[in-house]
Amino acid sequence: MKSRQSLAGVWMAVVFVFLYLPIVTLVVLSFNASPMVTSWGGWSLRWYEALTHDQEMIAGFRLSLAIATLTACSSVLLGTLAALSLHRFKRFRGRTLFVGMVNAPLVMPEVIIGLSLLLLLVSVQRLFGFPERGFATIWLGHTLLGMAYATVVVLSRLQEVSPSLEEAAQDLGCRPLQVFFLVTLPLIVQAIGSAWLLTFTLSLDDVVLSAFLSGPGSTTMPITIFSRARLGVSPSVNTVAAITVAVVSVAVVAASVLMARAQRRRDQEMAAAYRLG
Amino acid sequence: MSANALARWGARALIGAPMLFLLSFFLLPFLVVFKISVSEMDTVFFRDVLTWADGLITLKVNFANYFILVEDGLYLATYARSLGYAGATALICLLIAYPFAYCIARSPSERRPALLMMVMLPFWTSFLLRIYAWKILLADSGVFNQMLLALGLIAEPIKMMNTPFSLVLGMVYCYIPFMILPLYATLVKMDLSLLEAALDLGATPAQAFWRITVPLSKNGIIAGFMLVFIPCVGEFVIPELLGGPQTLMIGRVLWDEFFGNNDWPMAATVAVVMVLLIIVPLALFNKHQAESHARAGA
Amino acid sequence: MSAAASQSPAVTPGGTAFLQIRHIVKQFDDVFAVDDVSLDIAQGEIFALLGSSGCGKSTLLRMLAGFETPTSGQIVLGGQDIVGLAPYDRPINMMFQSYALFPHLNVWDNIAFGLRRDGMAKADITQRVEEMLEMVQLKPYAKRKPHQLSGGQQQRVALARSLAKRPRLLLLDEPLGALDAKLRQRTQLELVHIIQRVGVTCVMVTHDQEEAMTMATRIGVMSEGRILQIGRPEEIYETPNCRFVADFIGSVNLFKGQVRVDEPDHVVIDSPECRHYVSHGITGTQGMQVDVAVRPEKMCLQIAPPLLRERGSAAEDGHNQVQGVITDIAYLGSLTTYHVRLGSGLVLKVTQTNAARHSDVPLVSGDAVWVWWDGSDIVVLTR
Repeated sequence: MKSRQSLAGVWMAVVFVFLYLPIVTLVVLSFNASPMVTSWGGWSLRWYEALTHDQEMIAGFRLSLAIATLTACSSVLLGTLAALSLHRFKRFRGRTLFVGMVNAPLVMPEVIIGLSLLLLLVSVQRLFGFPERGFATIWLGHTLLGMAYATVVVLSRLQEVSPSLEEAAQDLGCRPLQVFFLVTLPLIVQAIGSAWLLTFTLSLDDVVLSAFLSGPGSTTMPITIFSRARLGVSPSVNTVAAITVAVVSVAVVAASVLMARAQRRRDQEMAAAYRLG
Repeated sequence: MSANALARWGARALIGAPMLFLLSFFLLPFLVVFKISVSEMDTVFFRDVLTWADGLITLKVNFANYFILVEDGLYLATYARSLGYAGATALICLLIAYPFAYCIARSPSERRPALLMMVMLPFWTSFLLRIYAWKILLADSGVFNQMLLALGLIAEPIKMMNTPFSLVLGMVYCYIPFMILPLYATLVKMDLSLLEAALDLGATPAQAFWRITVPLSKNGIIAGFMLVFIPCVGEFVIPELLGGPQTLMIGRVLWDEFFGNNDWPMAATVAVVMVLLIIVPLALFNKHQAESHARAGA
Repeated sequence: MSAAASQSPAVTPGGTAFLQIRHIVKQFDDVFAVDDVSLDIAQGEIFALLGSSGCGKSTLLRMLAGFETPTSGQIVLGGQDIVGLAPYDRPINMMFQSYALFPHLNVWDNIAFGLRRDGMAKADITQRVEEMLEMVQLKPYAKRKPHQLSGGQQQRVALARSLAKRPRLLLLDEPLGALDAKLRQRTQLELVHIIQRVGVTCVMVTHDQEEAMTMATRIGVMSEGRILQIGRPEEIYETPNCRFVADFIGSVNLFKGQVRVDEPDHVVIDSPECRHYVSHGITGTQGMQVDVAVRPEKMCLQIAPPLLRERGSAAEDGHNQVQGVITDIAYLGSLTTYHVRLGSGLVLKVTQTNAARHSDVPLVSGDAVWVWWDGSDIVVLTR
């Protein structure tokens, strides 16, 4: 029993090393004075300094940030609507198709989504003269993908909410719309927040859809990184990686700590209530 | 408007908005793709399938691309290879992720959120950057080779980069959270007293595992497998950065046809066949999702 | 039938009852969850729908609340047909089995929730909520959230919330199901006191007979979508109108028999175990097959055969008595239940209170005993 537990522990450690090795490598390398991997030139911040002059990367970052923010908002909006539809209405015409379409982007290879959406947009452009490929088209593609994820997150939370809560609200005088805003929404707000962050990250990181749907002047940061990475090792990419890792780590750790603390407080309160009866 | 009628219109709007969005930007594009796959490429733009001239409607459908696909061994081999790599990746992910998810599910409940957070953290950092990192690690002059050389374990750098090995490693690395999470979700919900009952009735821990735990986690396994296998078939970025000449996958082919050759009908054809290939697992995944929704929401 | 005269009718003639349920049917595909139920409920009474799961009681309650629409039938509350009204338009409030307290609101806001929807003035809301908190004795907990309260406290909040709007009808869905036994007993009476003090008409649904008997002024026993019997608790218990009700409420001993003598003031019934002398008339005929029901606490158990002077009347001599062997004894503290096997194979349940600390001759398993009962304690069931 003991040996099996330590074996499990070893396996977990191995997997964690596997998961974190690349990240740690990039962070370390970003401080390497030498641009080559083969030699260690000492600790240096020169690449960080160089990044501040890297117009291409900065422009790409700005664009990606804007698209990601908008994508997160539109994905969450559409995803919540879809989740509510699926949760509240167990039977309606076209439900099977709806479910299929909502789930498919989760697994569909991005090259297919990208190509098909692009071909549609080009056909529309030939007929109506717009839209031009660029910001809006990338946003559209990202929303399509993000909506699928948002629906899953919000729907699973909706299914946890007891139906008697909505009935109680109606019993006490709430009309259906009021029930949503006063009772349902406060209970799913955390899931909506998670969905927002999830779709934001997905959009910020996306290469394939952006590549298919971008136009001249709308090069996102991942596209820039991708073209540089194709060519080989690039110190600028290492730097971007280190910064990303730092930001994400701080955010994730902070969020987890806050959530854990809130959960602990809740548990203490519940225990106190039961003791006092 | 009566309350009932208002409710009905409200429902239509609620369902209608996302439905319209999906029909327009998900379903319709597929129809366009199919149409273009049977069109003729005319320099930059494709010729319309339907033409109206002199009061006559002509339907010009060109299945030549499909014939090329089927006849050219290269394409067939690429499809097969993509399915193979995707399957291998999914299988390896399963083998690695299962013990891992199991350990997290069985660890004390206070520690689980922290462990999950540690698993998800790499996922929140850009996957593109992490794939790029493997390039650095696996290159001939990369970190691994340097370490091995320095330690004197090898005389010459091992070729790890641009090989099937690096490709599968990269894909496993990227898709493993998609396998860990559904497995964890299923395993953590499992009733431990079932295992205790099995042990009480004389089963060894190994037997209890294979006969009770694994069958009960079937849903997680299927969900995880689909979540890895299907997107891997059409994966582009990882083969591009970490793969080599032996690892040509269909996502690359599509990209090259479109961006390289500017042959939109061909790219469209490749896409259509790819969708047909994954339609069975896709349908399975869909059915599985619907069933788990029904079970959860019932 | 034994006690038809003392039965409360389901529907009061004249159509003036406070809540009138008329021929309510609820059909799901080809299953009748509620099969033509009609009943009247008077203002101020506490009416319990009692039955096992699947009998339709919850469906009926939900139709009163407005969460289900009847397939056909009317529900008239204070002269107004409410079937077409949505739940939020009905002057009815429900206390849910799971309490359904809004987890994101504290106790105060939970109770004020319904009042705010009505557009009540702020000062009035404050006054009403304070009143409710006082009534359920939860004033110091006003700012707490539901997860910070114990089960019993949550239940009181749920009650306060459902009474806050002073509804014309209060619905209780298995009100005490979630509480443990000790708390349940205490709460049953508290709940009745509050409801009576407020004076609201109440319909409750439960599968627990003890709960129904303790709390309700009248009970309706339901099975398979129909109401089998309506009456006060003692009517239901002492004079059940059919096998199902007799068997469902408490325990009962049933003998199968045939009517031998049918007179207006007494009836004699033959059964394989013994001859029964029933000291009242029944609506039946001679030669009819009936069930003879006697409650366990109405039977006497002793080693010696019963003496004539102990019997209700001389006519009962030789009737209403059997011999058997004790097979099981269940000692329950305040009572002891004896299982007595008769020659015919029938096993009787006889209950005696342990009034004295030490009984004279403690009976043990295997003892041969006489069991006898009074002719006036018999209920004859014709269905």
